[in-house]
Amino acid sequence: MNEWVIELRNVSKAYAAHPVLRNVNLQVRAGEFLTLLGPSGCGKTTILRLLAGFEPADGGEILIGGQDMRTLPPEQRQVNTVFQSYALFPHLTVFENVAFGPRLKRIRGEALRDQVMEALRMVKLEDLAGRRPGQLSGGQQQRVAMARAVVNRPRVLLLDEPLSALDYKLRKAMQLELKQLQRRLGITFIFVTHDQEEALSMSDRVAVMNAGRIEQFGTPRQIYEAPENLFVARFVGEINNLPGRVVVAAPPRYDIRLHDRVVNLKSSRVFGIGDRVNLLIRPEDVRIWREWEGSAEERAALFPAMVEEVIYKGSTVDLALRLDSGDALSTTQFFNEDDQALMNLDFREGERVFVDWVHDWETILPHEE
Amino acid sequence: MKPRGAIQIAYLVLIYGFLYLPILVLIVYSFNDAKYSLEWRGVTWTWYRNLLDDPDLLQAALNSVLIAALSATVATGIGALAAVALYRYEFFGKPLLQGLIFVLMMTPDIVMGIALLILFASLSLPLGFWTLLLAHITFNIPFVVVTVLSRISGFDRHLLEAAKDLGATEFQTVRRIVLPLLMPAVAAGWLLSFTLSMDDVMVSFFVTGPTFEILPLKIYSMARLGVTPEINALCAMMLGATLILILVAQLLLLRGRS
Repeated sequence: MNEWVIELRNVSKAYAAHPVLRNVNLQVRAGEFLTLLGPSGCGKTTILRLLAGFEPADGGEILIGGQDMRTLPPEQRQVNTVFQSYALFPHLTVFENVAFGPRLKRIRGEALRDQVMEALRMVKLEDLAGRRPGQLSGGQQQRVAMARAVVNRPRVLLLDEPLSALDYKLRKAMQLELKQLQRRLGITFIFVTHDQEEALSMSDRVAVMNAGRIEQFGTPRQIYEAPENLFVARFVGEINNLPGRVVVAAPPRYDIRLHDRVVNLKSSRVFGIGDRVNLLIRPEDVRIWREWEGSAEERAALFPAMVEEVIYKGSTVDLALRLDSGDALSTTQFFNEDDQALMNLDFREGERVFVDWVHDWETILPHEE
Repeated sequence: MKPRGAIQIAYLVLIYGFLYLPILVLIVYSFNDAKYSLEWRGVTWTWYRNLLDDPDLLQAALNSVLIAALSATVATGIGALAAVALYRYEFFGKPLLQGLIFVLMMTPDIVMGIALLILFASLSLPLGFWTLLLAHITFNIPFVVVTVLSRISGFDRHLLEAAKDLGATEFQTVRRIVLPLLMPAVAAGWLLSFTLSMDDVMVSFFVTGPTFEILPLKIYSMARLGVTPEINALCAMMLGATLILILVAQLLLLRGRS
């Protein structure tokens, strides 16, 4: 019994000698919401196209439901695609668009009507069954594309940046709807996006891709809190990067010198004395003391810094700081009703502050250029 | 401001006068009640009535319509499929074929007429209906290909992938998606071919024989003895028919685009 509904083994693909996928391995569980996240050109859409069967892989194996897909054309695969452009048939009504798949399976009459209308009800479009795609809004077209795909009850639904053409508010609403739809149907979703927020909020697991490789594969939490390399750390959310050097190694604890200061930190990775490392800290994990806060000895353990810019964002205030060591540091401060001193966050540009971070929430990675 | 406006108007009047005055004169004189004179002698339907009473002329018109309809139909079938093939598949010699289609469009009619004549003669085909039909199909095909190709190139390529993704075979994709979407361009291509075929003189002159007379050649031979009001009337009728066809073709293309 194979627990993977989809398995990629050492899959590679090149366009005109330009590699787009390099030995990609990927395993997807049945019923999972999996997101391929990466910048444009990283190969995420190519994986979808290989799974759908629009293009053959150059090397490696692609299994769907344990079955090798090599010789199976797209029309015989139990996967359906929601295209970025939706690709609705402009000459057919909404009903006929959705009925396209079932009709090819020789479903007729009452049964056809029931299936199509159920799919349209699911995306709340049953009133618009008689319209043409050209008469619908972007969000409605998106739903038709969804209905047209799920009506076939595929094992896996492939979604190629389906929300990218929608405006911010609609996109938020559709994210929620998609997630609910996926739970209700129990179909495996493979979702492609370059929007990290979308990836984190919707997925069970995320594969972060770069230059044809999967850089990290894990839950949104793992990806965000424990990035495995600098690319993932930088691509998913904002992060501060402080260069340091290991001075005392006593795994799992290390003394790391950051400029003129030494901090004792924990890491599951193994470093040697003298190794250069990157200390990665999320802006929201940075804590700030203002000049009149804390005692002198408390302050001695903190990093002095200067406020360079104050960006008011409504629910947060973002600060761009310059440490005395010269490194830049960005922070996000939440309005906090319990903390009177920080409550109004009325930082001034040029103000002197003292910072540190919630220790052990940082990530330590070997140095990369 | 004012002199410039006057110049603009004069310029437009000259251009449109140059383009359309001859046609207007022809139509007006087709109603002139005088056999040989350019002098205006009042309105009459005589010339139109004479035309409809002339069995030879009617036969030629019928032949022309027959050739136009048949050649347009065959050319549309071949041309539309060629356009689909050029869009959809990669094959050996594709750039060459695409180039040849344009060469065929640009070839002077007289060259094509003589070339076809030599071909038919060397195959010892008797000149007449069949040779004429073959020739008209030949020069119509590129126009259909270009019309259909320009529409098909505007397609979202994902449409075809979507059809396959939903379970359609290659044949089902062409029948249910490609052909319905191409219908307006196919119809426009047919009408264009029909019109081209209806008024072709040059190629037809070389490839038809005495057994099969078509309207443009008939007019040509009538005009050699002097332009009679009947010819005016005939040309006016052909112009009317052509305009209607072009109008329908344009409407079809517009409707397909929206």
